[in-house]
Amino acid sequence: MARRIKAVIELIGHRAVDGIWRLGCATHFMLLVLLKSLPCFLRFRLITREIYYAGVMSLIIILVSGLFVGMVLGLQGYETLQKFGSESAVGTLVALSLVRELGPVIAALLFASRAGSAMTAEIGLMKATEQLAAMGMMAVDPIARIVAPRFWGGVFSMPLLAAMFSVMGVFGGYLVTVVFIGVDEGSFWSQMQSSVDFRYDIVNGAIKSCFFGVVVTAIAVFEGFDAPPTAEGVSGATTRTVVTSSLAILGLDFVLTAFMFRGVS
Amino acid sequence: MQRTMMDFWVGLFVMAGIGALLILGLKVGNLTDFQADKSYVLTGDFENIGGLKVRAPVKSAGVVVGRVTDIQFNTQTYDAVVTMKVDTRYQFPKDTFASILTSGLLGEQYIGLLPGGDEDMLANGEKIMKTNSAIVLEEMIGRFLFDKASKKGNSDSKI
Repeated sequence: MARRIKAVIELIGHRAVDGIWRLGCATHFMLLVLLKSLPCFLRFRLITREIYYAGVMSLIIILVSGLFVGMVLGLQGYETLQKFGSESAVGTLVALSLVRELGPVIAALLFASRAGSAMTAEIGLMKATEQLAAMGMMAVDPIARIVAPRFWGGVFSMPLLAAMFSVMGVFGGYLVTVVFIGVDEGSFWSQMQSSVDFRYDIVNGAIKSCFFGVVVTAIAVFEGFDAPPTAEGVSGATTRTVVTSSLAILGLDFVLTAFMFRGVS
Repeated sequence: MQRTMMDFWVGLFVMAGIGALLILGLKVGNLTDFQADKSYVLTGDFENIGGLKVRAPVKSAGVVVGRVTDIQFNTQTYDAVVTMKVDTRYQFPKDTFASILTSGLLGEQYIGLLPGGDEDMLANGEKIMKTNSAIVLEEMIGRFLFDKASKKGNSDSKI
């Protein structure tokens, strides 16, 4: 019995040390990426290419989901608000929930599963087929040439995608409530404009999406670089990217919200 | 994928992203109204501000002319000191009446400015002397019930 308990405690300890060790690895890796970022800024075309694959290619899923999320928000908001006779506040509801929360969070979740997983798989496969090692042999630093452009491409794309998601969502809400249901157009926009503050709501939402962009791409490139060089290793790393970054986004969102929106105003 | 084609798409993407931020600022948010350089500050002491919040609108004749920027409590007079920024396009006489009103039955509260007849205008940083507190619904109901009860008592005694 005592032996079993000892084994369990050992297992917990092993897991904990392992986790902390990986965290340290990731931090060290990210510092390396930041240190070796200068060359890819000098050759900006490398980053442009990654913005194309991470940002432009994610555009369709982001825009379509934004439209539908906004439409659903409009429909549900109208359904509830009309019970209180304040259906003109539906614009406020749609805009605030999109700009503050749903825009950054859902865009980041979609970005993690669309672009983050692709990044992990690409880097992991490069490692598995020893392309990274070959680069090292040719005195080309794989972190500077492969990882850093992907990281910065993702970091640049994320806030832009989140902003487009919010705009599409507001447009979807407008489409459903004003065009289909027939809420007054003037009160829809004026109520929205009187309650959405640029500094407090929109800038805070953009800051959130910047944080998410850094976190998602950092997790994606680290998991790819850290993946065991086997087929299973790469698939496991891809799964971990999506799971870890989703959890990180939602957890971080709570922390950021707690800092940004204290309900003081 | 050709290089120029890729550059074209990325350029379009970045422009669309910045455009989206601009739309959020101009169409969804209130970036357009009340720049700090084109407004002047007024203050007013209120006995009770009810549910007035910072950023609540200041209206005159229903038109938004400014915003509440700060609410403090004065421990000397035990009044609420409300600071508001008013657009310089709108000037108000010295004897303007400021009252806290509610839009709709349960809507948000705002400050209503009712201009008086004075020829001097309120300057930057000046205090509005005539104020009217917010109507607190509970107090009103309480007063109403008290009124009813006392009337009933009177009529009973008469009989």
